[in-house]
Amino acid sequence: MDGNAAPRGSSLHRFANPGRFMRLSGAMLPWLAALAIAVSALGLVWGLAFAPRDWQQGDTVRIMYVHVPAAWMAMGGYLGLAVASFVSLVWRHPLADIAAAAIAPVGAVFTAICLITGSLWGKPMWGTWWVWDARLTSVLVLFFLYLGHIALTAAFDEPDRAARPAAILALIGAVNLPIIKFSVEWWNTLHQPASVTRLDAPAIHMDILWPLLVAAAGFLFAFASLVLLRMRTAILERRARALMLARAAAARLPEAMPA
Amino acid sequence: MSRKRRRLWILLLCGLGLGSATALTLTAFEDSLVFFFSPSDLAAKPMPPDRPFRVGGLVEAGSVTRSTNAEGRAETAFRVTDGARSLRVTYTGILPDLFREGQGVVAEGRLRPDGSFAATSVLARHDETYMPPEVADALKRAGHWQPGQPPPPAAQWNTLSRPAAN
Repeated sequence: MDGNAAPRGSSLHRFANPGRFMRLSGAMLPWLAALAIAVSALGLVWGLAFAPRDWQQGDTVRIMYVHVPAAWMAMGGYLGLAVASFVSLVWRHPLADIAAAAIAPVGAVFTAICLITGSLWGKPMWGTWWVWDARLTSVLVLFFLYLGHIALTAAFDEPDRAARPAAILALIGAVNLPIIKFSVEWWNTLHQPASVTRLDAPAIHMDILWPLLVAAAGFLFAFASLVLLRMRTAILERRARALMLARAAAARLPEAMPA
Repeated sequence: MSRKRRRLWILLLCGLGLGSATALTLTAFEDSLVFFFSPSDLAAKPMPPDRPFRVGGLVEAGSVTRSTNAEGRAETAFRVTDGARSLRVTYTGILPDLFREGQGVVAEGRLRPDGSFAATSVLARHDETYMPPEVADALKRAGHWQPGQPPPPAAQWNTLSRPAAN
């Protein structure tokens, strides 16, 4: 394969790095998946069953242990998508394209979880399932950006040709990240301001904060496991595709087949 | 300059342009991006009558009066305050569970000719503090938190050990 590639500077690490990635990720994945299940279970059981109620929201506050980690993964995932797209556009690294295509559906699922749990939380506390305030709307836009990225990636038969337009879309959509984060400070919103990621002390009592952070760590491990698994599958798919193409070419020209 | 370096600079410049354009757009549309106006906003920029809008703030302590109208529906009158100014709001219907004095609310409706606000919907808005009820009670008992006021700074209470429930 390497011999046939055009003599470009990047041709060598183009094939060397996915090989190293497959070895490393194959060794890491079982541990990461086990951590994801164990830590998420610990955080969720702690939060849903043992953490104290809240002074103003009572037991309804427990939706937070799913909603907030999902929201962090939705935004962190998009940040990862944007970084991978940037690396893809500037350095043309093939693993970056594979990473971007692997992140988008996982991020979309976490964004959907965030939107659904937020709606379920909004009804009993605010008195409404949905409002078009700046925070809720910008997160819905994030969900559509993920869906757009998935659709654009799937629109090309040749995965390499989808990478560049999808990366440009992902980078344009990255302006939405600061808008989501600061929407609750820049404009009046129904959604309350940040409790944890703020400059002064977190406005959450430690007995509620710890299970939240543990659940968030579990969600992070789950996100990473899913993305690694999808990247490995995509690499194997590409290898299978290359083998099939080579076999088809060899069948057409039997004399060119190497001994 | 290598091709990689050139692509890096082009992308950074595009990012700068896109970021500035977004910032300018958001600043220009600020008035339609806010979900509600505070009573002070309304005093500075009065709304034309008959235009529906939302007003938000805290329910002023001691301002809530409840009654039943001729059709037997619950009627509530209260003042929404942002600390500096307040606006009288009336609402007919069921309020969210969180509605109480000192709580954040967002009311949607129109101004009446007498300057009061006729709400067609009232949503509760909670703040970003989360603490066990025992800690909240302890703060109030110790006089660190006046009822109907926002909670004290988080550094004062977020590591307090939880007193036994009684």
